[in-house]
Amino acid sequence: MNDWIAITHLDDIPRQGARVVELSHDDAVNRIALFRTAADEIYAVRDKCPHRGGPLSEGIVHGGQVTCPLHSWKIDLVTGEAVLPDKGCARTYATKVEDGQVFLKLA
Amino acid sequence: MARMKLVLVGNGMAGMRTLEELLKAAPGMYDITVFGDEPHPNYNRIMLSPVLAGEQTVEQSVLNSREWYATNGITLHTGKRVAKIDRKNRYVETDDGMRAEYDRLLLATGSKPFILPVPGADLEGVIGFRDIADVDRMIQASSQYKHAVVIGGGLLGLEAANGLKLRGMDVSVVHIGDWLLERQLDEPAARLLQQNLEAKGLKFLLRKQTAELLPCRSELARDQDARIAGKPAPTGRVGAVRFKDGETIPADLVVMAVGIRPNTELAESAGLHCNRGLVVNDTMQTITDARIYAVGECVSHRGIAYGLVAPLFEQAKVAANHLAEHGVARYQGSMTSTKLKVTGIDLFSAGNFMGDSSTESLVFSDAAAGTYKKLVLKDNKLVGACIYGDTIDGTWYFDMLREGTDIAQFRKTILFGQHHLGDSGHGPAERVAALPDSAEICGCNGVCKGTIVAAIRDLKLFTLDEVKAHTKASASCGSCTGLVEAVLAHTVGGNYSAAPSKKPLCKCTEHSHDEVIAAIKDQGLKTMDAVFEALEWSTPDGCASCRPAVNYYLLARWPAEYQDDAQSRFTNERAHGNIQKDGSFSVVPRMWGGLTNPKELRAIADVAEKYKVPEVKVTGGQRIDLFGVKKTDLPAMWKDLSDAGFVSGHAYGKALRTVKTCVGAKWCRFGTQDSTGLGVKLEQLTWGSWMPHKYKLAVSGCPRNCAEATIKDFGVVCVDSGYELHVGGNGGIKVRVTDLLTKVETEEQVMEYTGAFAQLYREEAHYLERTAPWVERVGLAHIKAKVVDDAAGRAELYERFKFGQQFAQIDPWKERAEGAEAHEFQPIRISA
Ligand SMILES: Cc1cc2nc3c(=O)[nH]c(=O)nc-3n(C[C@H](O)[C@H](O)[C@H](O)COP(=O)(O)OP(=O)(O)OC[C@H]3O[C@@H](n4cnc5c(N)ncnc54)[C@H](O)[C@@H]3O)c2cc1C
Ligand code: HEM
Ligand code: SF4
Ligand code: FES
Repeated sequence: MNDWIAITHLDDIPRQGARVVELSHDDAVNRIALFRTAADEIYAVRDKCPHRGGPLSEGIVHGGQVTCPLHSWKIDLVTGEAVLPDKGCARTYATKVEDGQVFLKLA
Repeated sequence: MARMKLVLVGNGMAGMRTLEELLKAAPGMYDITVFGDEPHPNYNRIMLSPVLAGEQTVEQSVLNSREWYATNGITLHTGKRVAKIDRKNRYVETDDGMRAEYDRLLLATGSKPFILPVPGADLEGVIGFRDIADVDRMIQASSQYKHAVVIGGGLLGLEAANGLKLRGMDVSVVHIGDWLLERQLDEPAARLLQQNLEAKGLKFLLRKQTAELLPCRSELARDQDARIAGKPAPTGRVGAVRFKDGETIPADLVVMAVGIRPNTELAESAGLHCNRGLVVNDTMQTITDARIYAVGECVSHRGIAYGLVAPLFEQAKVAANHLAEHGVARYQGSMTSTKLKVTGIDLFSAGNFMGDSSTESLVFSDAAAGTYKKLVLKDNKLVGACIYGDTIDGTWYFDMLREGTDIAQFRKTILFGQHHLGDSGHGPAERVAALPDSAEICGCNGVCKGTIVAAIRDLKLFTLDEVKAHTKASASCGSCTGLVEAVLAHTVGGNYSAAPSKKPLCKCTEHSHDEVIAAIKDQGLKTMDAVFEALEWSTPDGCASCRPAVNYYLLARWPAEYQDDAQSRFTNERAHGNIQKDGSFSVVPRMWGGLTNPKELRAIADVAEKYKVPEVKVTGGQRIDLFGVKKTDLPAMWKDLSDAGFVSGHAYGKALRTVKTCVGAKWCRFGTQDSTGLGVKLEQLTWGSWMPHKYKLAVSGCPRNCAEATIKDFGVVCVDSGYELHVGGNGGIKVRVTDLLTKVETEEQVMEYTGAFAQLYREEAHYLERTAPWVERVGLAHIKAKVVDDAAGRAELYERFKFGQQFAQIDPWKERAEGAEAHEFQPIRISA
């Protein structure tokens, strides 16, 4: 699956917020958090904090980072890496926005 | 009325602590004048040992700077020795003729080193170890001379010897006893200590009695020349020490540390009764003259003159209490424990550590590892302890010793120490020093002391924020903050400043909470962006710490204008439910004053079944909690509850949570007022209001207080003649009982005070600061002044509270059931 999928409209994601994309796939459900920053950039990160699996989509978005709601790790939205001194990485996915349409690439 | 005059003679640790306590207890009660014969402001005498050892500076040891005296309106005369007290005309006079009148006089003249009366004791280079001048002389000598002899193998002597050794001198310690520190250690422990110190290069001469101090040889020669010429012998510098057994050792510096003598010269000259110290009673007044108080090492209380600061500080508290005319405290003596401040050497001792025929001893000894522990027991109680090498449990033992804890239960393991923190986490700071590395400091994040210490050392951390960031300790509920600060203080020592005068709100700004609150009000800042711009935030859109805080401040200040920003709220408040550990939510409908009825219960039962709620529980706040609800089900469930007449219980928010009530006059045979009915009214007044932190109320129908109103943020206790209003309590990890705000007569007054107090808290407290720490920070007097004494101010606060409530009392559940913020609850689904 190497293609771009049209997911939603920019306006349907709150600025400095996130939507959850639920991906069912051979009975397993993978949740991806689709973030929109204050600068209207869109990032997709697996909705599972590298610390103890907290739902990143529920966190507070600031700059290019999100703070996990469970124990306040900060995750860089571009790389998925935890901000030092914490160490860990959440998977990221490619995104693009064309004419207000948000695309996601799963491979 | 003119203020009373208080004069303090002795600008040292005990006297100044008394003044600090007094300023806290009764600010502005006295005109205070302080005389000290040293040229310095009050410094920490204890730190002279690390200063001598080169581990600290004199500046770091200052306790009260000259500015401190000035700010507190205290007149300070340094370098002035008081030579006379005229008790009849009530003034003191210095040796250069300066006078000061007093209504009350506080004597804290400390003590003097005892100088052995042997020939040669007046030679140059023979000193005590007491003040900065002595330390200067020692440092000076160490740069010029080689041989130092310390007479006295007690705590002070060993600390002096250690310091001089570190300054490069060749040091011998002379001690008359059979072993070192015989007042603190038994023989086996002292042997271990001696070995350790010998390994550091110190030399020991035990069972030696000093006979004479001889002048240095060249001067001896000159001396003889002088004698021949018939001139009086000049007193030159010391050159050697001779013992009773005839042995002589070289000495260019002799430090006498054989004991201290209470400095009572001045008191005796004024006719105050002295007997190995200036005699005082349990209120720290001299027994001769009730206007004269005395504290510190110069004092003899019940026959004891103390030489350690802990008991002196207890005396200071008592003296301050009486000077403030509170008149309730009594000093009844102290039990002391000791530690030696030589880096790398740990010893601890307390109580009857030698034992006698009526006691039994538990001993653990590992000479190879250099550790030794002896606990002395009597009737299953600890009466003494002497520990060398591994002292982490010292304070634990000391606590049990003081409290007379029955140790029968854990007698078998007591020697192995505490090993876990136990209940509190709020004990005194020094306790932290005694904790093992495996002790869990932060229960929330499971961080142990060892981890924190390692991070502080290895990463060179200095502030609490850094420790939080790197270890997560105290990053969650924050109740261990005090412990973490103590670990920090203990690990980085004097470099750590516990209370920076100003603490920025977060890393995005220099400004403190108070400055942000003030700017929002004074500069009329009404949006988050305006705040970030006006206060020059360093980040474009803040962080997860400042955004929720600023959002709250804006909401509290501009209820009508400010548009609440969902993206700046923690997830609980955005989803209007409590996120649980598995990511599900809990739902708590509001039940006014804890009252309900069959229809409501039936509706809750229906909802619970319809959405397959796995667990239903009655909460501590008299509500029903439905657990395990999937986020996607929330809006539908809220709709059903809303249709049945329920509104959100805000059990998830920094907001008014519940008003708990008891049975009250309607049914209870003890009830004095309608506590339930009043609770319902109060909840209708306050529900929906956002607060700096969670906020709970309770109303009890009589002083039996079944609703536990005295551990609530705002508690009402009904009495026959009206209503007592209590504030600033909470349950939780660190329980705090409320303070009584005032008593009122009518329900209308209760309503007004309820609103006014809540509004003051909303306007002045820092975000995430509960009422308990807020009340402690600003002081009950401040709150009383605004809410009780100022009727007009109170009415305005109440009006502002009610005004804000118009915009706050909109049920968030109903809004969302009707479709608001739908994106929050609906995922986008893709199947592949
Ligand atoms: C090197 C050293 C290490 C110590 N280590 C420890 C320790 O680890 N733990 C511990 O608990 N204790 C320790 N102590 C003891 C502790 O410092 C004292 O118990 C404490 O300082 C006594 O306080 P004080 O106010 O009674 O006397 P001081 O602090 O001595 O204050 C008395 C002051 O009064 C001044 N004064 C006296 N007479 C007059 C006068 N007529 N006019 C004007 N001023 C006058 C003196 O110059 C002095 O400044 C140590 C002491 C020393 C010297
Ligand atoms: C001085 C002693 C006390 C007496 C005589 C007393 C008496 C009573 C009485 C008569 C009732 C009402 C029972 C009824 O009619 O339903 C009651 C209720 C209750 N009491 Fe006490 N009480 C006392 C102290 C306490 C304390 C200290 C607590 C808790 C800390 C407490 C907790 C409760 C509770 C939770 C209720 C039920 C209130 C409600 O939710 O309706 N009581 N008590
Ligand atoms: S507090 Fe007093 S009135 Fe209320 S239930 Fe308890 S005993 Fe009854
Ligand atoms: S799960 Fe995200 S910080 Fe712990």
